[in-house]
Amino acid sequence: MTFITANVLPAAPEIFVFSMACMILIVDLFLTEPRRVVSYLLTQLTLAGAAVLTVQGLAAPGYAFNGMFVADVLAGVLKLAIYLVTFFVFAYSRDYLRDRGMFRGEYFVLGLFGVVGMMAMVSASHFLTLYLGLELLSLSLYAMVAFQRDSDQATEAAMKYFVLGAIASGMLLYGMSMLYGVTRSLDIATVRQAVSALPPDHTLLVFGLVFVVVGIAFKLGAVPFHMWVPDVYHGAPTAVTLYLGTAPKLAAFALVMRLLIGGVEHLSASWQDMLVILAVLSMGIGNIVAIAQDNLKRMLAYSSISHTGFFLLGILSASPNGYSSALFYVLVYAVMSLGSFGMIVLLSRAGFEAERLADFKGLNQRSPWYAFLMMLLMFSMAGVPPTVGFYAKLLVIQSVVNAGLVWLAVAAVLLAVIGAYYYLRVVKLMYFDDAEDRSPIAARGDVKVLLGANALSLLVSMPWIGALIDLCRQAIQGIR
Amino acid sequence: MFTEHVLSLAIWLPIVGGIAVAATGDRRAPLARDLSLVVAIMTFLVTLPLYTGFNPGTHAMQFGEDYAWIEAFRIRYRLGIDGISLLLILLTSFSTVLVIVSAWRVIQVKVSQYLAAFLIMEGLMIGVFCALDGILFYVFWEAMLVPMFIIIGLWGGANRVYAAVKFFLYTFLGSVLMLVALIYLYYQSGSFDILAWHELKLGRIPQILIFLALFTAFAVKVPMWPVHTWLPDAHVEAPTGGSVILAAIMLKMGAYGFLRFSLPITPDASHELAGFMILLSLIAIVYIGFVALVQEDLKKLIAYSSIAHMGFVTLGFFIFNAQGIEGGIIQMISHGFVSGALFLCVGVLYDRMHTRQIRDYGGVANRMPIFASFMMLFALANTGLPGTSGFVGEFLVILGAFQVNVWYAFLAGTTLVFGAAYTLWMYKRVIFGAVANDQVAGLQDIDAREALYLAALAVAVLAMGVWPDPFLNLTHASVEHLLQQVSVSKL
Repeated sequence: MTFITANVLPAAPEIFVFSMACMILIVDLFLTEPRRVVSYLLTQLTLAGAAVLTVQGLAAPGYAFNGMFVADVLAGVLKLAIYLVTFFVFAYSRDYLRDRGMFRGEYFVLGLFGVVGMMAMVSASHFLTLYLGLELLSLSLYAMVAFQRDSDQATEAAMKYFVLGAIASGMLLYGMSMLYGVTRSLDIATVRQAVSALPPDHTLLVFGLVFVVVGIAFKLGAVPFHMWVPDVYHGAPTAVTLYLGTAPKLAAFALVMRLLIGGVEHLSASWQDMLVILAVLSMGIGNIVAIAQDNLKRMLAYSSISHTGFFLLGILSASPNGYSSALFYVLVYAVMSLGSFGMIVLLSRAGFEAERLADFKGLNQRSPWYAFLMMLLMFSMAGVPPTVGFYAKLLVIQSVVNAGLVWLAVAAVLLAVIGAYYYLRVVKLMYFDDAEDRSPIAARGDVKVLLGANALSLLVSMPWIGALIDLCRQAIQGIR
Repeated sequence: MFTEHVLSLAIWLPIVGGIAVAATGDRRAPLARDLSLVVAIMTFLVTLPLYTGFNPGTHAMQFGEDYAWIEAFRIRYRLGIDGISLLLILLTSFSTVLVIVSAWRVIQVKVSQYLAAFLIMEGLMIGVFCALDGILFYVFWEAMLVPMFIIIGLWGGANRVYAAVKFFLYTFLGSVLMLVALIYLYYQSGSFDILAWHELKLGRIPQILIFLALFTAFAVKVPMWPVHTWLPDAHVEAPTGGSVILAAIMLKMGAYGFLRFSLPITPDASHELAGFMILLSLIAIVYIGFVALVQEDLKKLIAYSSIAHMGFVTLGFFIFNAQGIEGGIIQMISHGFVSGALFLCVGVLYDRMHTRQIRDYGGVANRMPIFASFMMLFALANTGLPGTSGFVGEFLVILGAFQVNVWYAFLAGTTLVFGAAYTLWMYKRVIFGAVANDQVAGLQDIDAREALYLAALAVAVLAMGVWPDPFLNLTHASVEHLLQQVSVSKL
């Protein structure tokens, strides 16, 4: 018996969240409509409990399930970030869902299953675990996007997402099978050893690598594999977009880290070139096309594409410095994205979606406080000091310069200036234009506090950035 | 305790005060006004000990502070001032008080936000002048764009949105290349310490690239010809206070950047590209002087005159002698007073007439004699009349230019003609003559509040013109040291 407990213990948070999700699914059946809030509270409780378990687990990192599962510092940090972000997501969406008759247990249960999927991804030390986690997340997301059953837009988005997601999974699996063919293992550490013994231009390896990178690029939404992103972000109910645009980014980062860095870092010369193309195209297309959008959700979708490009810059520096910068960037991005979509959810009322840019007109007249928060979020996305978004960009750029790619750093900052334009336009609408609709903004007390904390954290965390960076460095150290 | 943290206090007091002012909300304008005036005056008082406690005998950084911030990249919270930054800090805290006073009655929409933006900007500007860490400097430098963007866009004129966005993107574009240069310097030296960068050996090509990257940032801010086009737009559309801060302080940041970064970090590139810099400066002086001559908008005219005057500053810096650099510094301070005063004068007129077109005025002296005499003084200072502050800087720069090349001095000297021409002609059309129309006939002379801030500036302009030594003495040691740094090759 002792053997089993020792082996399973590192996966305690996953087991806990999964069991709770199943329980909530059953409990929800017996709840009457007015008491639906119990499901919500149980969900939030689950996340809090998982956080406690994960923090306890940090003290004793280790493997489980015959080395298929690892609980290291990186996994711990990412998991805690995922719980936190998801906690905010559920809190923000509560009223939005209720107004639209979508306040049902399934949303939370699917959300929790997605969380389990993400947790498996960040803790994977085996290609199969990684793939399992990815599929669990993706399937939950497909269902969530289609959650508003009667909406044509949402159904279309879900179909697109499903078909393209399936193609991406296929690519990834195909690439993995190639790697398996060469290395005869799916265990990431073993693959790593086997790869480092082979020449870095081994044909079959590089062939497999291409498919792996394509699969990752699809999942990340990097140009030219980005076409699903705007449609899905736009089509999905905003509460789902909020979920989809935040925590899964953290999991996607883990996907890159475990596959490219953990597994085939030895081939960095090959994937570096591929990532340069993906990164530059993503930043370029993402930032330029975002200018043409008049829908805020679509604009933020393109902005997420450009941010993906930026974080790929950190990865392609192929150094621990670059990886930790990318980790920092992704954490910051998740917070910014959370706040921005949270704002859209907040401004949306029953029967009205505040997703057009024009809906933000004159926000400063309606509520200086929310306008200020949104301004912080936008400037942070644009990377303007003193917001944290600037330090995230600074870190990535310094890692690129350190890798000797000064031209890439120059290209990145110039594209960031283009990007600044559309964020600035949101600020312009909020501050310089007159409001079309002067209805007061009603929000629950907890949402007010959480959203305030969310946006202000981008500013007030300034003195502690050094500590955060140290944490990111520590997380990256363990991975290799 | 106080003397150790006086710089931090000067930075954070207005920022925290600004947040407090913003927190008073939209409905309590009188409270916001009182509070912001108190904060501005307190900040000014906090910066005074910098002057009294400053030791002008050394070039070393004084009032230093140094704390760990982002240890992973050896980014530190490092502050300190020398004679050059001291003058600019005093100018900043002085101008902000005037701006707050000038906004007293004019601004009626979103009062607390307006005043808060200026206070926060004051803190950030002081931060720029005393930051001794590359990233800290960059943070202050960029963060300033945010309140200025809001100020122009929210309280500006008809075309304010265009001007605000242009201002932001133009300066943002200029700065990001500087960021890459700062990171490059970090990897060469192992820290973000600006003073360590002064000692850092660099090859010729890196020096030139760094110089150019810094140049894009500073030249846009100065602004030098041909990247000056954002300035007239921003000035014309900005509210009076915004114009004053832009002209009096923000433009000085670019010039300050040349002194703190470009000259000491890349001395060889500075020498190599000095001809180019001098050319741009002379074009600014001569060509922009002509452009100013044909302006029909009061603010635009003063904006162009600012560009020409800043051309003098950069000219002084890149002739590499003590007169040139000291003249440039004095010109910066003097221009801060004079252009600020002229923008305030235009503000006084605009508040009454709601037009900035020169042709709408005429004969103002008949109705506003006190105002006319104040404006006379500032107009003459703008032309560089001996006895006013405008003379000292221009004289020193021309003197320095003579030692290098007579033609530089000659071309720079033409400004005395053009400056007089566009300023006095503008003055004549606005102030003298018969009363032009009914609106002018109904003008009221300035009240005590307006007289107060114009008088304060008049005293400063005259004091600096008659007895510039207290100002010059502060900078001697720092300028000597700077010249020595520039003269030693790093190759």
